[in-house]
Amino acid sequence: MLSKRIIACLDVRDGNLAKSIKFVDTKDIGDPVAAAKRYYEEGIDELVFYDITASSDKRNIMIDTVSAVAAQVFIPFSVGGGLRTVEDCTAVRLAGAEKINVNTAAVANPAIISLAAALLGSQAVVLSMDVLRTGITNTTPSGYEIVTHGGRTRTGLDALAWAKQGESLGAGELVVNSIDADGTREGYEITLTRMIAEGVRIPVIASGGGGKPEHLYEVLTEGKADAALVASILHYKEYTVRAIKEELRGRGIKVRMV
Amino acid sequence: MIMIAIIDYNAGNLTSVKRALDYLAIDSVISSDPQVLLSAERLIFPGVGHAASAMATLRERGLDLVLKEAFAAGTPILGICLGTQIILSRSEEGDTTCLGIIEGTVPRFKLTDPALKIPHMGWDAVRLLRPHPVLRDVKPGDEFYFVHSFYPQPVDPAAVVGVGNYEIEFPAIIGKDNLIALQFHPEKSGGVGLSILKNFSTWDGKPC
Repeated sequence: MLSKRIIACLDVRDGNLAKSIKFVDTKDIGDPVAAAKRYYEEGIDELVFYDITASSDKRNIMIDTVSAVAAQVFIPFSVGGGLRTVEDCTAVRLAGAEKINVNTAAVANPAIISLAAALLGSQAVVLSMDVLRTGITNTTPSGYEIVTHGGRTRTGLDALAWAKQGESLGAGELVVNSIDADGTREGYEITLTRMIAEGVRIPVIASGGGGKPEHLYEVLTEGKADAALVASILHYKEYTVRAIKEELRGRGIKVRMV
Repeated sequence: MIMIAIIDYNAGNLTSVKRALDYLAIDSVISSDPQVLLSAERLIFPGVGHAASAMATLRERGLDLVLKEAFAAGTPILGICLGTQIILSRSEEGDTTCLGIIEGTVPRFKLTDPALKIPHMGWDAVRLLRPHPVLRDVKPGDEFYFVHSFYPQPVDPAAVVGVGNYEIEFPAIIGKDNLIALQFHPEKSGGVGLSILKNFSTWDGKPC
């Protein structure tokens, strides 16, 4: 039986680690390569790097970061943010990322999912969705809407419908990121995560709101997630990966210990 | 003398294996040149992708014959993921005739539990059925990174070195003489995965 995965999320801006609070206030907090190495040694199962660099002429800094991580971290990791073309996806794969992660670009051009899946295989394509709670409307019958540009742009897309479309286009995994929960540390959005996990047959990674091991336990059981993303609680050294996993294991969750 | 040659047949990210070997300070080259491959002390046969296209490229480059010749010559060979599957006789993936270095087939997972997803992707444990020099640092409960929808099924049970469990028990490590082959990715399996690559780099090709 597969272990539930704990995935560390590292937002990278101009080559530095940043952590966003509700996606607006970002504060640089260190070196992403050093952080990746530390989490790897503590037993993290996977890493996700989101490039939040604003200016496109600094994009190659991200490729350098990816290469540096790949030279010393021997677990799967994905890279997202700013990947608009299949060539962008290929470049981060060649630099050593196992998977590519698309979000805004896929909303604008869903074909990028199928193109990337045909080229790299579905297992290498992660569709990341930023989701806002809207309540049930005519256009969003699930009660949740897809938003982009860090939550600033509404798309009118229903979250559950988009998840299913992403799966059928060839995405191998979904990151379900709750804009409402992001940065609050008050727990993942269980209702949303469970609805998506029950609606697709590909792994679902819960994101946004993880503040303590209890929250991971909830989303991995009640929320039916296959994996949980954590960020600030690791970056600010409130918990180690090992401490989170020991607590989960103590509560009967199968996790990988190193 | 080339210590380890990684066989290049356009099958996935060969550089991730190379990076792991570089980190371990083990000399290696990536090559599709039969002469280079046949002169190497050891071969790594990695792979991600589709069995049919992988076999087509291998044949086109004459690398199917290289692998068989190296195996017959006693060169230590390490198979990884798709490389492991196409060592067998036949794959259900595209109904492909494969190398047949180990007799057997490559079936797709047929699972009854709808909660279990295919591919089998993520970290999972492997139970060793017998000791092997390349696996000497693997401890009970150690987990490895898997990404696969098909698995290797040798005819001879003695060729199964370790098993995984995903509703059914499936061969996760197979081996015969100077060949050892892993369904999981040692280059993405943290410290215990690196230990396998390190031990392979000094393995003399004797199964025990």
